[in-house]
Amino acid sequence: MTAIELAEAVRATWPETVVSRGELSVVLEREELLSALERFRDEPRFAFDLFLGVTATDWPDAEPRFWLAYELYSMTHRHRARLKVGLSADDPAVPSATGLYPAADWHERETYDFFGIVFEGHPNLRRLLLPEGWETFPLRKTEELGGVNTYYRGGAFIPPVDKRTS
Amino acid sequence: MTDQRTGTPDELASERTSMPSPGVAAGPGVDAVFDPDASDAMDYVAETETSDEAGGIRQETMILNMGPQHPSTHGVLRLLLELDGETVIRCQPIIGYLHTGIEKNTEYRPWQQGVAFVTRADYLSPFFNETAYALAVEKLLGVEAPERAQTIRVLLMELNRIASHLVWLATAGMELGAISVMLYGFREREEILDIFEQVTGLRMNHSFVRIGGLVMDLPDGALDEVRDFLDMMPGRIREYESLLAKNPIWVERNVGVGVLEGQDAIRLGVTGPLLRAAGVDKDVRRDAPYCGYETYEFDVVTRTDADCYARFEVRIDEMRESMRIVEQCVSRLEASSGAVMVDDPKVGWPVRLEVGPDGIGNSPAYIKHIMEESMEALIHHFKMVTEGVSVPRGEVYVPVEAPRGELGLYVVSDGGHKPYRVRMRDPSFSNLQALPHMVEGGLIADTVAVISSVDPVMGGVDR
Repeated sequence: MTAIELAEAVRATWPETVVSRGELSVVLEREELLSALERFRDEPRFAFDLFLGVTATDWPDAEPRFWLAYELYSMTHRHRARLKVGLSADDPAVPSATGLYPAADWHERETYDFFGIVFEGHPNLRRLLLPEGWETFPLRKTEELGGVNTYYRGGAFIPPVDKRTS
Repeated sequence: MTDQRTGTPDELASERTSMPSPGVAAGPGVDAVFDPDASDAMDYVAETETSDEAGGIRQETMILNMGPQHPSTHGVLRLLLELDGETVIRCQPIIGYLHTGIEKNTEYRPWQQGVAFVTRADYLSPFFNETAYALAVEKLLGVEAPERAQTIRVLLMELNRIASHLVWLATAGMELGAISVMLYGFREREEILDIFEQVTGLRMNHSFVRIGGLVMDLPDGALDEVRDFLDMMPGRIREYESLLAKNPIWVERNVGVGVLEGQDAIRLGVTGPLLRAAGVDKDVRRDAPYCGYETYEFDVVTRTDADCYARFEVRIDEMRESMRIVEQCVSRLEASSGAVMVDDPKVGWPVRLEVGPDGIGNSPAYIKHIMEESMEALIHHFKMVTEGVSVPRGEVYVPVEAPRGELGLYVVSDGGHKPYRVRMRDPSFSNLQALPHMVEGGLIADTVAVISSVDPVMGGVDR
């Protein structure tokens, strides 16, 4: 099935379906995310069995602020789809997909680590790439590049390169 | 020794004084008072002794920390293993030791400079990272690189795949005791890196692929080097096979070890040689061709045993398939000529490079053109270098088949001169998630064999 044909099949249930640059995107409410993922996985005409990842994009001045993008692939039909969920700034939470796709585990932890998106029901939602105890979510647009004081033994803080005065 | 705990000296001092000491008055000159009721340690020992069923033998598991500094963990992978004797009952990978913030960095530089960042993610497959990024941006721009540039990209990627598989062969051999294989693997990889150096000026992290094409055409004599390599390599691959394929130690250590069946692999998001060794026929080069892969003849290698030995066979045969593709690239490049950068001044990088007596540098003719002949060319050069291309709004996900599986670049543009978001779906990252599934229940010695068969590159995992 091409992306256009697939979009026709998807649009009956999820009207906000677009094909752009040959890629299929389905925009969903977060309440319907899990049921949609389940149908995408189990219905034979979709059969999206491979979960390729989830990540977020931060638009600080827009509403919804965060957009999640789930990438799916079907081994049977060799087609792809992207599911998109918008999340508001004051409640960036979404149900976890780990129950349906075990592969989502690290991808969701990474998204939490970088953007502070809470995946409800994730078995182990902790920092993944950044150290335990890190306070910010660095890939949010409100966080600047660098600008982290580095702590050295003996209690000295070394300012980041872009903030050194001499 | 200095105190390695974090916290200011004052905090540490107060922590020491306020430390609870149940029943134990410790300090110089004071005898320790032992209070059996308050001792947690005694409770623990008593409990394990009563729950003991094997006639006086202690039944305890041991936590073993493996890495991050350990030669057989491929860089800075850390594993927490819970052992029952020699059997691994729980394995928890801990990653992030090589996190360099590549994705965040790309958001602060013009589009063209993103190439120099993504190439450093999975440092054993730089051309795949560069090409995936360039293809993603080209898809957003709606341009396509010229055919010759695409062919050179395929040539470099397939040579890169051989080099990457050779590093896997070398390290896997070394970890299982076959030191000679390590030397041979790195020896042949060096031949490929010599070709890369001749073409791009660098052995690794080339930044040779650019949005809309390549930095420059192949230098004279590069194709002869590739031909020499193609003549030499089949014999060398036969040598690896005669060293390993029926070697009793190699067979003993790999057959039936680290089994990951196809359905489990798909559920865990595994791609690449691991998946193909489990009999699942997935290869992006064939399923969604890019860079003109549909015009090349090659086979997708699969095996059905799903163990470490099947992965060895898959990778060896993939090297042969890559050589078939390289051969087709060489004949096409010899028979044709043409531009290697898209003919669109709003997209193509204006700087022209050339190989001079002291290496690759700016072309003197181009410098003369912008400095002495054309004011407009100078303005254009200045605008492109300082500001860069502006890419239309949108988002794309572009997959390529990297040596370790599907590498996907999710790139978002807000219409500006810098990427709004670049996310690398690195195959090592997803494949490593499946490691506990393969390791748990096996022996600790097999853990080493399994890690090397997964072939994770931590630069790609942590990015």
